[in-house]
Amino acid sequence: MTDYKNLKLIASSSPHIRSNEDTRSIMLDVIIAMLPALGMSIYVFGIQALVLTLISVASCLFWEWGYRKLMKKSSSIGDLSAVVTGMLLAFVCPVSLPWWAIVIGAFFSIVVVKQLYGGIGCNFLNPALAGRAILVASYASFMTQWVTPAEKLPIFGSAADVTTGSTPLALMKDGAFNELPTIREMFLGTIGGSLGEVSALALLLGGIYLIIRKVISWQIPVAYIATVAVVSLISAPANIGAVDYMLYSVLGGGLMLGAIFMATDYATSPVTKPGQLIFGIGCGLLTVFIRRFGSYPEGVCYSILIMNCCTWLLDKYIKPTIYGAPKKEKKEAAAK
Amino acid sequence: MNFGKQLKEGLISQNPVLVQLLGMCSTLAITTSFFNGLGMGISVLVILTLSNIFISLLRKIIPNEVRIACYIVVIAGFVTCVDLILKAFVPALSNSLGVFIPLIVVNCIILGRAEAFASKNSVAASAVDGICQGIGYTLVLVIMCVFRELLGSGTFGAGLLGGGELGAAPGLRIIPEQFGIKILTMPVGGFLTLGALIAAMQWALTKANNKKKEAK
Repeated sequence: MTDYKNLKLIASSSPHIRSNEDTRSIMLDVIIAMLPALGMSIYVFGIQALVLTLISVASCLFWEWGYRKLMKKSSSIGDLSAVVTGMLLAFVCPVSLPWWAIVIGAFFSIVVVKQLYGGIGCNFLNPALAGRAILVASYASFMTQWVTPAEKLPIFGSAADVTTGSTPLALMKDGAFNELPTIREMFLGTIGGSLGEVSALALLLGGIYLIIRKVISWQIPVAYIATVAVVSLISAPANIGAVDYMLYSVLGGGLMLGAIFMATDYATSPVTKPGQLIFGIGCGLLTVFIRRFGSYPEGVCYSILIMNCCTWLLDKYIKPTIYGAPKKEKKEAAAK
Repeated sequence: MNFGKQLKEGLISQNPVLVQLLGMCSTLAITTSFFNGLGMGISVLVILTLSNIFISLLRKIIPNEVRIACYIVVIAGFVTCVDLILKAFVPALSNSLGVFIPLIVVNCIILGRAEAFASKNSVAASAVDGICQGIGYTLVLVIMCVFRELLGSGTFGAGLLGGGELGAAPGLRIIPEQFGIKILTMPVGGFLTLGALIAAMQWALTKANNKKKEAK
C-alpha cells in the first residue's frame, strides 16, 4: 500500500525528460574526436607535437582557472571547454612554435576572447582561431615556419635546427604544381603544415564520430567543404587538372580541421539549419577568395573568424517558422 | 573653485578618455611609445589650458548661435602655435606624431571642455579645469604607451632614453625583442588596451560607488 502521507509531490516546470548530455560530455566527445588527428601529428612530426599540445592545454586550463579565481567566479575548468580550446590552439600552430608563444596565445584565447566576454557560450569569436590570428600577427616568423615531416624534432630542440619547407598551399599559391605531394600523401597527412591539420583522414574520422554522436550537425562542414570544392573545380588554373586542383584545395591547409572542429563551435555559429548552411557557404567562399586573391596562402582561419562576426546577423534574419501557424502568421513571424 | 575636486574629476571620476570617452582617435593612434604619449599629452594639456582661458575670457562676447565656430577658431590658433613650436624645437616628436598634432583642432576633449566648462565658468576655474583634464588625458596616454611599448616591443622610452638622438634612441630594453607581442603595437592592440583600461576603470568606479552606498 502506498504511504500517501509521506509521498512527496515534486512540482517542476517542463522539460520533464532530460538527457544526460551536458557541456562536459559534449566536450569529452570533441576531445575523443580530435585524438586520431593528434595521433597522426605525433606520427608525422614526432613527440614534440604532443609536448606542444600538452603545454597548450595546460596553459589554457591555467588561464581559465586563474581568471575565474581572480574575478571570484565559479570555477569552470571542469567543463573541459578549456581543454578543447587548448588542443585546437595547438592544432593550428606549427610544431616548431616556441612553448612561450603558445602560452601567450592561450592567454589571448581564454582570457581576452572568451572570459572577458563572460566565459563559455558568450564569446563571439572562436577562441582558438582568434588566438592563432593574434599569434600570426605577433610572431609571423615563428608561425609561418613549416617543418618538413621527414624531420623528427627532438623534444626540446630549438626551432633553428629543423629543415623547413613550403606547405602544399604555398606551393599552389606560387603555381609550383609539379612540386606538390601526391594526393595520397595529402589524404594521409605526411605533409608539412600546422600540427593538427595535416591528416585529412584522421580529421574526417573525428568528424564522422561527432556527427554520429550528434555533437555537431552536418550542415556547416558539408556546406563549407562542398563550397570550396565546387568553386575550386570551376576556377582551376589552366596548367593543372580541375579535379586534381579541387582535391588539393580540399585536402590542403586547415580546411578539414576548420570545417569540422572550428566552424561548428556552438557559441559562434548560427542556431538554425538554413543559417548554418549559409554560414558554411560563406566560410567556403571567403576561404577560396583569400587563398586565390589574398596575400596569405591560407584563408580558413580568417574566413571562419569573419563569418563568426556575421553569426548574429544570420540568427536575426533566419528564424524558424512557428510550427502549425497559419501562413499569414508565419510570414509575419519571419518578417519580425 | 576647488582645485582638489577638479583634479580628482579630471584624473578619475570624469577622466576625459576613460569615463567621458573623448579624444579616442588620438589615444588609439599614437600610444605606441612613451615618447609619443608624453609629447601628445603635454601638447593637448597646453592647448586645452590656453583655449579654456581664452574661451572663458570671450564667453560674454561670443554670440550663442555661432559659438562652435568661434571655439574652433580659438583652438585652431593655439594648435597652429604648438604645431609650429614642435616643428622648430623638437622635430623628432613632430615627425613621429605627424598629422595627429594638427588634428588636435577637432579633438573632442578640447571642444567638449570649451562647451561644457569654459563657456560657463570664470577664467581661473577654466584654467584649472584645462590643467586637470589635460593631466587626466596625459596620464591615460602614458599608461597605455608604457603598457603597449613594454609588451609590444619590449622596451621602455624608445625615442627618449638609451642614448642616441632624440627620436632615434633605442630605449631601454626590458624584454628580449623576440618575445614582443607585436599585435599590441598595431592598431588592434590600441583597441584591446583601451578596452581593458576602460573596463578596469568602470569596475573600480562601480566598486567605489557601491561602497559609498553601503556606508550610507
